[in-house]
Amino acid sequence: MSKSSSGDRELHWQKTKTLTYVTLIIWYFFSFEIHLWGDALNTAGFPGAYYMAGQGSQVAFALLVFWFASRQDKIDHEHGLAE
Amino acid sequence: MLKLEGGFIQNLGRVYGLYTLGFLGFVILMAILEAAGVPNTIIGWLFVAFTVVIYALIGVLSRTMDSGQYYVAGREVPAVFNGMATAADWMSGASFIAMAGGIYLKGYPYMAFLVGWTGGYVLVASLIAPFLRKFGCYTVPDFIGTRYGGNLARLCAVIILVVASFTYVTAQITGTGIVASRALQIPFELGVWIGLAGILFCSMLGGMRAVTWTQVAQYIVLIIAYLIPVFWMSNKLGYGLIPHFAQFDAVSRVQELEALHGVKALMPTAEAQAEAGSLAALKVGINDASSTPMAKWKFYTLVLCMMAGTASLPHVLMRYFTTASVKAARQSVGYSLLFICLLYLTAPALATFTKLSLLDPNVATSIIGKSVSEVSNLEWIQKWSSVNFLKIIDSNGDGLVQINEFFMKGDIVVLATPEMAGLPYVISGLVAAGGLAAAMSTADGLLLAIANALSHDLYYKIIDPKADTKTRLIVARVLLLVVGAAGAFVASMGLTSILGAVAWAFCFANSGLFFPLVLGVWWKRANRAGAIAGMVGGFLAGTIYLYQVQFNGMTPWLGLDGLRFGMIGMPVSLILMIVVSLMTEEPDAETQKMVEEIRVPSGKSVVE
Repeated sequence: MSKSSSGDRELHWQKTKTLTYVTLIIWYFFSFEIHLWGDALNTAGFPGAYYMAGQGSQVAFALLVFWFASRQDKIDHEHGLAE
Repeated sequence: MLKLEGGFIQNLGRVYGLYTLGFLGFVILMAILEAAGVPNTIIGWLFVAFTVVIYALIGVLSRTMDSGQYYVAGREVPAVFNGMATAADWMSGASFIAMAGGIYLKGYPYMAFLVGWTGGYVLVASLIAPFLRKFGCYTVPDFIGTRYGGNLARLCAVIILVVASFTYVTAQITGTGIVASRALQIPFELGVWIGLAGILFCSMLGGMRAVTWTQVAQYIVLIIAYLIPVFWMSNKLGYGLIPHFAQFDAVSRVQELEALHGVKALMPTAEAQAEAGSLAALKVGINDASSTPMAKWKFYTLVLCMMAGTASLPHVLMRYFTTASVKAARQSVGYSLLFICLLYLTAPALATFTKLSLLDPNVATSIIGKSVSEVSNLEWIQKWSSVNFLKIIDSNGDGLVQINEFFMKGDIVVLATPEMAGLPYVISGLVAAGGLAAAMSTADGLLLAIANALSHDLYYKIIDPKADTKTRLIVARVLLLVVGAAGAFVASMGLTSILGAVAWAFCFANSGLFFPLVLGVWWKRANRAGAIAGMVGGFLAGTIYLYQVQFNGMTPWLGLDGLRFGMIGMPVSLILMIVVSLMTEEPDAETQKMVEEIRVPSGKSVVE
């Protein structure tokens, strides 16, 4: 499996980059964007700002890393570049 | 355990399952002893002694004279267990002892630490760790030195690593000293040296292998110690079965109480604050989200600095060198974050419930609004006043405790919660053991990161490349001893407050190392001159700015205080690295080939 053409590597890296960009966009949203709107998240019924900083973003990050790891593994296998 | 080595990795689940049961059994035994009338001091002693002896035992059993075992635990640590070890490595005395108190006293702006210290792992997983695992290095400077070539780049990375990690480790040794001195009722300075002895026992004989298996054991202790009191308190005081879900209703209730008690309206008088010294009264609301551009900017920049710092702190990155594969390294980042979140999701709940317990007149444990004489007679108030962790100053002389008359150290939110909520002493002993585990496990990882960089990169790669394995490992251990002693010496002088120094470590690391690491993988054109310029320039710019703001009375630019000096260091590092790389020759074909190699998981690693 470890032998593969350079074209395959090229495509593998393209897909890896795309996945990384998507991951970083989601990361940016939960790291920064959402908290810029902190005061708007607070409604009468629910402390939205407190929720996002204390729980929401953290859960999103954990799910994001597991999702990223499984997607990347799939890409590696598709191109015969997994270990 | 050594005899079982062939089967040890396969039996990890069973070994640590038994260990967890054994620890819970020990806690129950302590509860029985307490019920039987054994004094609290003895129970505190037993908790500290029992856990530290276990860690030291694991450390001794994991001794090794093999360099692969010593530096990267033989690269056979399963993703889940590496996740636990990373979580313990990561969560320091600051996370365990100070975080809930920070949320309690500083409110929403402080929660930027929660976001920053978790989201950084997304960067670790997507930008750095798997590639460094494929690279196959022993240390972080090893990657910088090999990718960019030459001893100067390696040396720069070693220096930044040592500054960042040493800043951090003194705070951890201080934390160990605080917990040990409180639990064992000994002077702080002595506590520091006893803590150091425990830390060295865990790491000296077995290096990374020993640290890995003690960190897993320490994670189990610290997470049990953090969660049990919060669950207990949430249920005992009737807030709900699972505090993580129950906390949001509590937030609304706290906001009503803030209005009732005049939080934000009643500020401590200048004389009272002067008398209270470093202790603080509650002055902010629980959920005052950033509403001004400045508040938003401060939240944003703190999150960014902590995240980039997470992704460049060598003691974290080197944990991912120990997994069996690149795939396992990626998954392991996910498990690390999961295990970290178990504690980080609990900290806000703890802070909020503590607020309710103290502020809500309908709750028996409340103190605000009650008479000074009644409150001063409470056992936990007396105990923590006597060690100067809290103070009641009746500045308006009406004989009642107002919100601006109750001063405390944030740390008591974790340390005194069991007593505040009227839980048995055994829980306090458990919390002490947890705090000790948190501080020790982080100190272990940091000391090892420093000593390994000095022994592998400075001694072996730069000074004496012909040294044999035995000499290298002896040098590594001597350095560990020296660095540990230096850290304990600084800590015993009492020079650092826990969190200030921790945030600095993150900014030192991100100013100097973040871009050289990321661009080393993601930009083939990055070369030696660029990396050196980026490391030196970023690190110096950040450090000079910190010095000016912190010690020279300079007004911070745009609100970028000493916690955020990475905001100066990082852009300087990035710009210098790009400009200088483009102005100089591109890396040779061999280096470019190497970068291509680390971008795919398959095939042989680059070094070794």
